[in-house]
Amino acid sequence: MNKIVMKKVLSEGVKEFEIESPQIAKSRHAGQFVIVRANEKGERIPLTIADANVEKGTITLIFQEVGKSTMLMGSFNEGDSFLDVVGPLGKPTHTENFGTVVCMGGGIGVAPMHPIAQALKQAGNRVIAIIGARSKELLIMEDRIKAASHEMHISTDDGSFGVHGFVTDVLQSLIDKGEKVDLCVAIGPVPMMNASCKLTKQYDIPTVVSLNPIMVDGTGMCGACRVTVGGKTRFVCVDGPEFNGHEVDFVELVKRQRAYLPQEREAREQYQHECGHHNHH
Amino acid sequence: MPREKIPRQQMPEQEADVRRHNFKEVPFGFTPELAQREASRCLFCKKPKCVAGCPVNIDIPAFIRLIKEGDFDGAAKKLKEENALPAICGRVCPQEEQCEIVCVTGIKDEPVAIGRLERFAADYERDNNLVTIPKKAPATGKKAAIVGCGPAGLTVAGELAKLGHDVTIYEALHQPGGVLMYGIPEFRLPKAIVNAEVDYVKKLGVEIIYNAVIGRYLTVDELQGQYDSIFLGTGAGLPYFMNIPGENLNGVYSANEYLTRSNLMRAYLFPEYDTPVVQSKKVAVLGGGNVAMDSARTALRLGAEEVNIIYRRSRKEMPARIEEVHHAEEEGVVMQLLTNPTELLGDEEGWVKGMRCIRMELGEPDASGRRRPVPIEGSEFEIEVDTVVVSIGNGANPLIPQTTEGLDTNKWGNIIADDQTCVTSKPGVYAGGDIVIGAATVILAMGAGKQASQAMHRYMMGIPEPEPEPKDDKKDDKK
Ligand SMILES: Cc1cc2nc3c(=O)[nH]c(=O)nc-3n(C[C@H](O)[C@H](O)[C@H](O)COP(=O)(O)OP(=O)(O)OC[C@H]3O[C@@H](n4cnc5c(N)ncnc54)[C@H](O)[C@@H]3O)c2cc1C
Ligand SMILES: Cc1cc2nc3c(=O)[nH]c(=O)nc-3n(C[C@H](O)[C@H](O)[C@H](O)COP(=O)(O)OP(=O)(O)OC[C@H]3O[C@@H](n4cnc5c(N)ncnc54)[C@H](O)[C@@H]3O)c2cc1C
Ligand code: SF4
Ligand code: SF4
Ligand code: FES
Repeated sequence: MNKIVMKKVLSEGVKEFEIESPQIAKSRHAGQFVIVRANEKGERIPLTIADANVEKGTITLIFQEVGKSTMLMGSFNEGDSFLDVVGPLGKPTHTENFGTVVCMGGGIGVAPMHPIAQALKQAGNRVIAIIGARSKELLIMEDRIKAASHEMHISTDDGSFGVHGFVTDVLQSLIDKGEKVDLCVAIGPVPMMNASCKLTKQYDIPTVVSLNPIMVDGTGMCGACRVTVGGKTRFVCVDGPEFNGHEVDFVELVKRQRAYLPQEREAREQYQHECGHHNHH
Repeated sequence: MPREKIPRQQMPEQEADVRRHNFKEVPFGFTPELAQREASRCLFCKKPKCVAGCPVNIDIPAFIRLIKEGDFDGAAKKLKEENALPAICGRVCPQEEQCEIVCVTGIKDEPVAIGRLERFAADYERDNNLVTIPKKAPATGKKAAIVGCGPAGLTVAGELAKLGHDVTIYEALHQPGGVLMYGIPEFRLPKAIVNAEVDYVKKLGVEIIYNAVIGRYLTVDELQGQYDSIFLGTGAGLPYFMNIPGENLNGVYSANEYLTRSNLMRAYLFPEYDTPVVQSKKVAVLGGGNVAMDSARTALRLGAEEVNIIYRRSRKEMPARIEEVHHAEEEGVVMQLLTNPTELLGDEEGWVKGMRCIRMELGEPDASGRRRPVPIEGSEFEIEVDTVVVSIGNGANPLIPQTTEGLDTNKWGNIIADDQTCVTSKPGVYAGGDIVIGAATVILAMGAGKQASQAMHRYMMGIPEPEPEPKDDKKDDKK
């Protein structure tokens, strides 16, 4: 169970895994995630199901190595297995034919954006994808996003590829050109989602974001994942992960994501020390 | 014949100032001598009141007599006729309000320590490798699915397996036991004991599938296509918050999260284990039940210097077991009674740093018969805290009702099930434990599990339901 059948390095510190998990491959929908535990002592780590293959019975996870757990998982190879994979969790994306939908993905956020774009395209929408990264080498899933959309734009912060600027700059220019956008989906680092929502708010474009607070169980049992949306406390793992971006308290979300910074640093340093040096491709 | 009066025997336990720094179990349990001495206090009543007080009707005088006679293994086997998890119930049952409160010895003296004796016999059997697997009935060819591996689900699974059915448990988490594993701390219920009891159920042939969140992984309707009957024992796992300002500050936990990080994920062994928990100095725990006591005592063991329990009523109304309150106070937990938090105060970075409270006084009795706490005007004050654990109760998780056709729930979201057979509004689907009656006790969950298993057996085998008891004929109008 949970065997890694394919591993790829997409960019510096970003790994893609295809994992045997036939039942999850069958029951999952766009927008849902799994929780993975690498080994007996491991933390429960939520990761979006970036894609699935029902015939092969596999799901695809794409993640960035940011701390001990993701680094450890990134060191796994084809043939290894994760101890636990729970899912699919969270509510599926609400898909219908809205008309023209802009799907924006920033950094690693492109991975969770992928299945949503696929589903919205499937539902008959015209999907315009905007994907961005800090620079060309960090851009991921270009081909797959192209296939999942009708039109694709790329931006990089340093201008090494595509538009020089942020994904929001691309959206602004689309709007300026008179593109009528019926729905916007924005997934990425919190500042990117926050900026996207500020922009779309000005034009009254309904905007969906997918949130990534710290989680433990992922089933609504602990409340670790609570966020404030429209003034109410919601549990992201069961009420989300997608919410109306115009109502999300991003300031609180960022603070809550930082709750364990000292412990995370300690764990990472100890792990890197044990591994000799930072090298695990 | 005047009997020599033997006092109720105490269990030896770890000293308070030692145990508050470790997660090892607090009491060591009876020695055989202590157990036999305590057993000799029982009058072996012809019509034992104690048995009626036990939700699973253990033949209490019979097992105590075996202890008295020195047949400890026999006592354990006697217990297991009615209770598959005696080592657990002997530890966590609220004995003082169930079997022991009605014990006749308790009229003039203290009651017989039934729970401690139960624990002793079960521990003796396990520690001496005397556990045997009962004979199973011949295979029936029927399949049952159990959702949730807490005490309710484990009981149904064990009973159905003994009756010859093919049983599979689906559990959302990566470990069995439900609250026994993620909620009740190691120092009150060692996880090795929970594992041993789960092993026993597995040896009966029950298969457990972990990481299977029913409603998402498979729905109840999908399970119905594969199994002859289904039991839902999903517990009351949805934490309530106070809905006061500041509750989403960092350092504010639900008891479920705090205890899950510590118990299930072993945060007290961080960084050897990867899951962290905050390092606290001043902790406030909101609530007055067992869960609050467990959280407060866990906080001490995680290194907190000062732990306050904030409870809005008086000591008399505290729902926690007396023994737990007593243990907590011995360890240094401070009870701030008749006090209610009104707001949590934070710093720039979003960390909780203080709490505004108001003093309460008891007014007229409310619907529950308890005197209702009312705020005393102008009595607000602030205390300094860096961690707050909210343990004011749990409700029903809505996932299964939301994803199951035709499964009725009440206004609190609990699944509606018959109180005799545990059948729900969906034929072939049964439910019991906390998901039906709301957060309650291990033994009540097990009691429901036993009832459900009998009804499921009849349903799967096509045996008609027995005639309902004449006095409550209204609710039993089924096939
Ligand atoms: C619904 C959801 C879907 C996600 N999907 C993806 C994805 O597809 N790809 C991807 O790269 N990342 C995804 N994440 C984020 C990913 O879970 C975190 O990067 C990971 O948990 C970091 O763990 P770590 O030990 O490596 O890093 P740490 O050093 O422990 O933490 C780094 C940062 O990650 C966050 N984090 C830490 N622990 C958790 C936790 N238990 N749960 C959530 N966040 C945590 C914190 O904000 C922290 O500051 C998702 C998160 C959520 C909630
Ligand atoms: C901290 C704490 C201390 C307590 N102390 C005591 C005590 O001292 N004495 C006492 O008698 N009682 C105590 N209780 C109460 C007691 O633990 C519960 O009443 C009892 O565990 C209920 O059993 P259950 O089987 O109904 O549910 P649970 O024990 O809650 O088990 C339910 C199981 O179902 C799983 N589940 C939930 N949803 C799904 C799903 N969709 N799919 C698959 N699986 C699912 C859960 O993960 C869990 O494992 C305490 C409770 C807590 C929280
Ligand atoms: S199971 Fe609980 S109520 Fe029954 S005899 Fe044992 S301690 Fe008493
Ligand atoms: S009521 Fe008390 S004295 Fe009588 S049999 Fe039960 S435990 Fe013994
Ligand atoms: S992660 Fe525990 S409730 Fe959402």
